[in-house]
Amino acid sequence: MRVTRRRAGRAAALAAAASLLLAACGGGDIDSGDSGGSAGGADCGDFNMAINPWVGYEASAYVVGEVAAQKLGCNTNYLKLKEEIAWQGFGSGKVDVVIENWGHDDLKKEYVDKQETAVVVGPNGNVGVIGWYVPPWLAEANPDITNWENLNKYASDFSTAETGDKGTLWDGDPSFVTNDEALIENLKLDYEVVYAGSEAALIQGFRNAEKNKEFYLGYFYEPQWFLSEVPLVKVDLPAWEEGCDADPATVACDYPEYILDKIASADFMASGSPAADLVSNFTWTNDDQNQVALYIANDGMSGEDAAQQWIDDNPDKVDAWING
Amino acid sequence: MTATVDDVGAAASTDGQSALTVNNLWKVFGPRADKIVGSPEADLSRADLLAQTGCTAAVRDVSFEVSPGEVFVVMGLSGSGKSTLVRCLTRLIEPTAGQVLIDGEDVVSMSDTRLRELRRHHVSMVFQHFGLLPHRKVIDNVGYGLEVRGTSKADRRSRAQEMVDLVGLSGNENAYPDQLSGGMQQRVGLARALAVDPSILLFDEPFSALDPLIRRDMQNEVIRLHHEVGKTMVFITHDLSEALKLGDRILIMRDGALIQMGTPAEVVATPADDYVRDFVSEVPRSHVLTLAWVMRPPRPDEALTGPEMAPDTIVRDAARRVIDAADPVKVVDNGQLLGVVDQDDILRVIVAEETPS
Amino acid sequence: MTVELTEIEHPAAEAPVPQDDEGGGRLRWIALGVVVVVWVILGVIFHGKGTQDLPVSQLTAFQEWLNELRNTIEDAKFNGNPIFLPIDWLSEALDWTVTQLQNLFVSDSSRPQGVAQVGWAGVVALAVWVAYALSGLRIAILALAVMLSFGWLGYWEQSIDTLIITGVSVVICVIIGLPTGIWMSRSKRVTSVLTPVLDTMQTMPSFAYLGPLVLIFGIGNPGAVVATLIYALPPLIRISAYGLSTVSPSTVEATTALGSTSTQLMTKVQLPMARRTIIVGLNQTIMAALSMAIIAAFIAGPGLGIPIIDALSVLNVGIAFVSGMCIVFMAIMLDRATSAAGERSEATSRREVNGQRRRLILGISAAVAVVVVAISHNQLRWNVFPDSEWGRRIANWVNDATDTISNSIGQFTRWLSDAFTEVFLNPPFGLDAWFVDAPWWLVSLGILAVAILLGGAGKEATPRLAAAVALGAAAVLMSGYWADSPLDMSWVIYWGAVVALLIGSSAVGGGGALIPTAASISLIFAVGLWNDSMVTLTMTLVATLFVMIFGIVVGVWMGRSRRVDATVRPFLDGLQTLPALVYLVPALAFFPAGRFLAIIAAVLYAAPVAIKITADGVRSVAGPTVEAAQSLGSSRWQMIGKVQLPMSKGSIVLSANQGLLFVLSMVVIGGLVGGGGLGFLVINGFSQREDFGKGLAAGIAITALGIMLDRITVHTAARYGRADTA
Repeated sequence: MRVTRRRAGRAAALAAAASLLLAACGGGDIDSGDSGGSAGGADCGDFNMAINPWVGYEASAYVVGEVAAQKLGCNTNYLKLKEEIAWQGFGSGKVDVVIENWGHDDLKKEYVDKQETAVVVGPNGNVGVIGWYVPPWLAEANPDITNWENLNKYASDFSTAETGDKGTLWDGDPSFVTNDEALIENLKLDYEVVYAGSEAALIQGFRNAEKNKEFYLGYFYEPQWFLSEVPLVKVDLPAWEEGCDADPATVACDYPEYILDKIASADFMASGSPAADLVSNFTWTNDDQNQVALYIANDGMSGEDAAQQWIDDNPDKVDAWING
Repeated sequence: MTATVDDVGAAASTDGQSALTVNNLWKVFGPRADKIVGSPEADLSRADLLAQTGCTAAVRDVSFEVSPGEVFVVMGLSGSGKSTLVRCLTRLIEPTAGQVLIDGEDVVSMSDTRLRELRRHHVSMVFQHFGLLPHRKVIDNVGYGLEVRGTSKADRRSRAQEMVDLVGLSGNENAYPDQLSGGMQQRVGLARALAVDPSILLFDEPFSALDPLIRRDMQNEVIRLHHEVGKTMVFITHDLSEALKLGDRILIMRDGALIQMGTPAEVVATPADDYVRDFVSEVPRSHVLTLAWVMRPPRPDEALTGPEMAPDTIVRDAARRVIDAADPVKVVDNGQLLGVVDQDDILRVIVAEETPS
Repeated sequence: MTVELTEIEHPAAEAPVPQDDEGGGRLRWIALGVVVVVWVILGVIFHGKGTQDLPVSQLTAFQEWLNELRNTIEDAKFNGNPIFLPIDWLSEALDWTVTQLQNLFVSDSSRPQGVAQVGWAGVVALAVWVAYALSGLRIAILALAVMLSFGWLGYWEQSIDTLIITGVSVVICVIIGLPTGIWMSRSKRVTSVLTPVLDTMQTMPSFAYLGPLVLIFGIGNPGAVVATLIYALPPLIRISAYGLSTVSPSTVEATTALGSTSTQLMTKVQLPMARRTIIVGLNQTIMAALSMAIIAAFIAGPGLGIPIIDALSVLNVGIAFVSGMCIVFMAIMLDRATSAAGERSEATSRREVNGQRRRLILGISAAVAVVVVAISHNQLRWNVFPDSEWGRRIANWVNDATDTISNSIGQFTRWLSDAFTEVFLNPPFGLDAWFVDAPWWLVSLGILAVAILLGGAGKEATPRLAAAVALGAAAVLMSGYWADSPLDMSWVIYWGAVVALLIGSSAVGGGGALIPTAASISLIFAVGLWNDSMVTLTMTLVATLFVMIFGIVVGVWMGRSRRVDATVRPFLDGLQTLPALVYLVPALAFFPAGRFLAIIAAVLYAAPVAIKITADGVRSVAGPTVEAAQSLGSSRWQMIGKVQLPMSKGSIVLSANQGLLFVLSMVVIGGLVGGGGLGFLVINGFSQREDFGKGLAAGIAITALGIMLDRITVHTAARYGRADTA
């Protein structure tokens, strides 16, 4: 016992000495070095980018976020949020930007018009299409299938165990913009909606259907990288006219063409942050987005890496955003 | 003769203030229990009362007095209300009606603070299942009562150590309860009760969870402690031989009510009813009865030359000398001849036990 | 562990109804058979009528009212209603606390490159030291391995974030939960009021309250902490109340007799004596907090939930697997550390002889830890965890394997999914025929009849029956199906009645299953989601059937052999600690979206509990009984069939109870992958503003289903499960 204690005491003394030694050596390589990668623009601060749950959105968000981080010295935070939750974050300053917004007139009414916590910054250059799609083999084998009026004819072919004798219309994440339930009812289609749960699940469904020559009808959208892998064919619903989708309960027409826009926190846009200008200036094409989305979804790159790749390949476009 | 016996038996009876007085104590469990006492329903039998009101009278109309320094035993079978009775004394169970006076002060009407004072300083209790704190050492268990009343650590340690020594646990003060045998654990319980130096000690069947041999040791321990510290004790038991061994007086309960109260010899010699008679039938009378109970006036033809003995001598202890003596033994108290006892008288008591009555 | 918990969960379980004689029992089984036959026949006759199917885009008056309530709250907050002052203050305080801890241990934006004040090496040193101090050398080594694995797997920062959210929530849980537990242990009335509240907290699906939480506390740290808190608090309250109220009454009496005040009684007697049980509660709370901290990623809570959600949205099984590994390791570390700390605290307090030496070692190791912390503050190498390829490599490997497997079995799994759905769910054979496609009145009466026959009507059955009927009538009137709900605000009255009945029936002894079942059915009807609830109920029942099959087969196997037990148990532990979300990713990779997928995930999630409880039940069949049966020449199957299973009947009913509740919670998550029913509505309500009210209503319906299933099984267990405990 005595021995142990003495030995332990010695060890304690040793440890104390070591810590003294370290203190004497002074700081390490962190504080002494220069402030590393974050170049210049220390006035940017935090830049909170919402990430809505589809890959196309991720592509836009990571490119803008990485440009802000690298060229403007912002501390970019990515927040994985569904649309509605993201919009709620504008007021509290937790979210600065939603970079790709599909319509959402209800949210605009609440947060832009009423609370005035959000502002519409303008289109981001992408044009959105929402609709019902079938795999290409199916459109080729049955050309009339792309007309909605013939869908009932094929209802039993589209049926699954989930919907019994009715046809299945696969939808994605419940947060996606959709009128499908009402459309089926109002167009008197013999179908039922089943939510696959995510974009990825829809893609897997389409991919399997094409490979195995199976019937598959699903909600899908452009811009979308997957269309370059499997060129899905859109089913024509009754053409969209102004106001035909005003009442969600009676809607019986196709989705409009969405001019996708950027929504930002009002405080953020007024803050004078260089990132606010970047967001204002940011615009790119569907092809640009598809390219980055392909990196992410197909090549398994992380959002940051995929954005980096595109930024490196397109310096002129990036410069245009920064220099206005 | 009865008068004589009373004088002999109630050894502790004094003319001073009693240590504990209980007057018409009731405890009724059940809905609207407080309405029962004083109503006609109070006279119903236990089963009828339960059927008619849903209430159970655990203690019904019990009164008694305990003198300072007396060992008072309350005895009955399980369910007779004896444990409830003893808990009513310090309001661990609130009595429904009646009066409990300790050192002349009414416990029932005490404020919570005053009641706590009473529990901390005047009355402590030893429990059947010990009720020790498993996370504390023996010494800290013993010192618990001092701790809650705010005694400094040093003082309570030294006092607790005294108590540990007193109950014969020296050397075990740093053990934990689960490292001790049942008997030793109860010694801890005893030491804990003694540590606060109470004027009254209550025992609720303290030894019934112990082995017979250890139980006997512990009974002797209580007798020894009573000699050493001289506390007033109220002792609950269902074991008649324990009651006879320890008690100066015995109160026998059945269904919550008092059936008989008296000295051990009284109870054995003159059972109040069949219930008590049945109880005491197995008791070796020679171990309980004193000479006062078997003596008789001397017959004219008897020579009063035999040895003298005190009237409270137990028959068993006197037997050898009475049988050996040529003449009847004189029973003498304060120089006054009360009666005589001869061989036949003694044998009658002893032989009667051999033949079932 | 689970058995303890489940027994603890119903401390107020009423005194069992006296055992019926054999004849009564048989009569009841016959009656049950009659009920089923009548149900089936009427189900065929009235197929598809009165199913109360509410189209997805349609909302009942009640659901609209919830929407308005939400808007009112949002407006109030926006207009700076003073009610929100303390709430805002609270959420800022929470945010500040979490952010400070993140600056300290994860990343501080005020430092160059945003490095943390204490780097990874310092954090590891601190964790190991704390583990050593509280739980001993073995746990310290475990902590070292686990902490390093976070970095090697590539999720260092996320793991520490999760630890921070879990830690802050657990601390608040203790601050709130312990006093509440004490309060509950002292008052029957408080218990009967709080029990339904705690039930609701535990069965209400988290997605149903994530939305309102965001509304009130905002996204990010505060919302994450509060959500975690809500889910993690009940076990601590329940178990500590149970522990405190079961402290040896003789000790309480003895110390009261010595004049303890009630505070002295609590601090010197009850709390120390209940310490072990309270630590069990703390352990459960930590586990619950960890699993909820993952789901909090849906409202931008930091931590390991983020890669999991990512993996779910791009179907990356590898990422889900690797981040799931981090969670499992973390859970194992926290579980073992708290259990060991519980056992140790007693042991160390007794071993005074070594006290000085122990203090010395602790002091020295603390000094070393401080040195490491200092180094990690200054040296980049010890601050930022070195890049590691391991996580990515494992993820890629898993992804490749998944691709190979799903390519080769994809056809088969789709066939299996279809076949299963047709056989077990879809009419004419599947359960849907008798729940989803049958008229509401038939199903309600059927469920009530089964509840009464199994779980009893309780004492004074007639008034209870009358109350149940009245409740049902009120629900039908108010559901808004028949009238355009003229009774708008009388919802308040209705709620009052339901809550009063639930509390009343749990407060009055010998309640039986009738009242809770009737109240639950009425509630489901009243929130306007009858049909969706039946979809969920069907899935729950089918999944539970399979859970019970696994539970009994594997449980008996484990219960009879220590070796099997030792081999299988770690897998069960792993499955149990894996957050529900993580299952979905591989399940979705192998099976098509739909109810079958949700059922598979639910079975995976719930089977371990059922297996463990059954195994413990079989093992606890008394040795002498087994010996006696052996001496009479029982064969192995006779032993299982005639001795071990019948004698562990109580455990089996208990495992059915736990199985049902676990399945129900997972079936909700199944709404993320095409499970439909209430689960989808809850998720949908979280995702779409205009469906908020419907989502919350679905959450209420799930809670009602949970309470109903729980009470029926608990009361059934109370009536039939006594045989093996006697």
